[in-house]
Amino acid sequence: MDIRYWNKEQETLDRDSLRAQQLESLKETVGYALQTAFYKRRLAKAGITSVDDIRSLDDLQRIPYTTKDDLREAYPDGLLAVPMNDVVRLHTSSGTTGTPTVIYHNQHDLDSWTNLVARCIVSTGVTSSDVFQNMMGYGLFTGGLGLHYGAERVGTVIIPASSGNTNRQLRLMKDFRTTVIHATPSYMLHLYNKIQESEYKRSDFCIRKGFTGAEAYSASTHKKIEELFELDVYNSYGLSEMNGPGVAFECCLKDDMHIWEDAYYVEMLRKGTEEPVDAGEEGELVLTTLQRQATPLLRYRTGDLTSLRIEPCACGRTHRRITRIKGRADDMLIINGVNIYPSQIEAVIMKVPEVGTNYQICIEKAGSLDKLTVKTEIYSKMFTGDLKALDALKVRLQEELKANIIVKPVVELHEPGALPVQEGKAIRVFDLRTDN
Amino acid sequence: MAKQLNIFIENKPGRIESVTGTLYEANINVRAIEIQDRGDFGIMKLLVDDPQKAYLALSDLGLAVALRDVLAIIIEDKPGGLHKLAKLFTKANINMIDAYGFVIDSSREGIWCVEVEDYEATRSLVEENGFKILSEQELYEL
Repeated sequence: MDIRYWNKEQETLDRDSLRAQQLESLKETVGYALQTAFYKRRLAKAGITSVDDIRSLDDLQRIPYTTKDDLREAYPDGLLAVPMNDVVRLHTSSGTTGTPTVIYHNQHDLDSWTNLVARCIVSTGVTSSDVFQNMMGYGLFTGGLGLHYGAERVGTVIIPASSGNTNRQLRLMKDFRTTVIHATPSYMLHLYNKIQESEYKRSDFCIRKGFTGAEAYSASTHKKIEELFELDVYNSYGLSEMNGPGVAFECCLKDDMHIWEDAYYVEMLRKGTEEPVDAGEEGELVLTTLQRQATPLLRYRTGDLTSLRIEPCACGRTHRRITRIKGRADDMLIINGVNIYPSQIEAVIMKVPEVGTNYQICIEKAGSLDKLTVKTEIYSKMFTGDLKALDALKVRLQEELKANIIVKPVVELHEPGALPVQEGKAIRVFDLRTDN
Repeated sequence: MAKQLNIFIENKPGRIESVTGTLYEANINVRAIEIQDRGDFGIMKLLVDDPQKAYLALSDLGLAVALRDVLAIIIEDKPGGLHKLAKLFTKANINMIDAYGFVIDSSREGIWCVEVEDYEATRSLVEENGFKILSEQELYEL
């Protein structure tokens, strides 16, 4: 197989040189981080007040993890490391109901991102003679624009179709002899069904490759899309906090995703803990940006479950691979069609002094509907011993939750300490609905 | 005023045992017990010989516990004994929020433990009508 590189030297750099480069990049990143209100305070607590405090990659261990909640708290500009005048673009998360998060980019950041995406695209074997139809949404969502600029840099013909309007997508695919498509796995399946319903035949299309990402999907879905369309599908991984797409991508060998370690320092934590995993063990991916200036993020807990493959890939790249994301502990829940963030539930619980701070959110199917149960603990110091007060408390919690999240939950009161407490990041949401 | 312990417990196997085990270890004797049930949880009410000590032991265990006032009224252990007291409450329009009773001397005396809204008013009424209310000390030393 013809192995192509976007930047061969960087992609096949020996591990020692890569680590040396990571250290230099980490120092620069910490330098930018110290320019932000958020990290200046946080790093000072960890005894880091200047770039000189970072002498080895091990010094990263002194820095506390950054979480999505930190990003929310820092919204809108607590994590901005450069003057606003230098910023050329920003992307915010949807924040439909919760507080949004924002990532700023200066020109350097966009160039770096674009190069990473170009690297991904070329690693699959795509060249400047390909016609790339981008079916990901353009806008605040990073999936569309991220791949757009990468493909532009590679020199493909880009059709910025954005998402939706399937009939037009099919027409574009046929008329301009599209060879590569980029879409979510669910849209790929939708597209195939539409082809079946239309007068188009597979032979009308020249597509040979598909990029899919933005949703966690199973290996069987991956294979199904390949079989239905008779094309090669390459798995893409990214998250808005880390620019978006371009974090990790399958190369032409389609055997898990290379994560670009010159741009992201990788750590893996055992699920629900702050302990590193053993080699190859599944865990939560933690990333530190190494090339970003406007919004540096140190030890960001992605919430994504994967495992790291350390053995070399036959493609010659030295950047390690991560396996298909097992689940995105993305915190937004959709309950009976309503978008709910656990933080909204938490906010209500925290306002009621009679219950403690530990809680659990359980969602299960009750017939065709979703049943939301919020489990709380009685706070000993506020306990009066009066049963009527407990009845009233339950009703009050239920009503305040309903006012905040629209859905009326079942509220359970438990003894103090009855709900499990985890070390590190607590697992509070238990979605017991089974898909399909 | 005499005190009883109100303990929040979940309605599942082993919860009562954790309370009784703790009290046993603290060498506390239970005089009377009552549980108000709400399905998935309840309030366990205990009359013990040393409420303060029991309160500390159970709090140490991490339980939600409260010390609550209770009127312990002596009634006669014979037909109509409780009825006489109940009639008095009705006449004075006093609601018994929660109550439980036990016998201390068969065919002679029983104790009626009752929670009310206004303890002082109830106490005066009851005593003026010839009932004896146990003091804290008397109750704990039963």
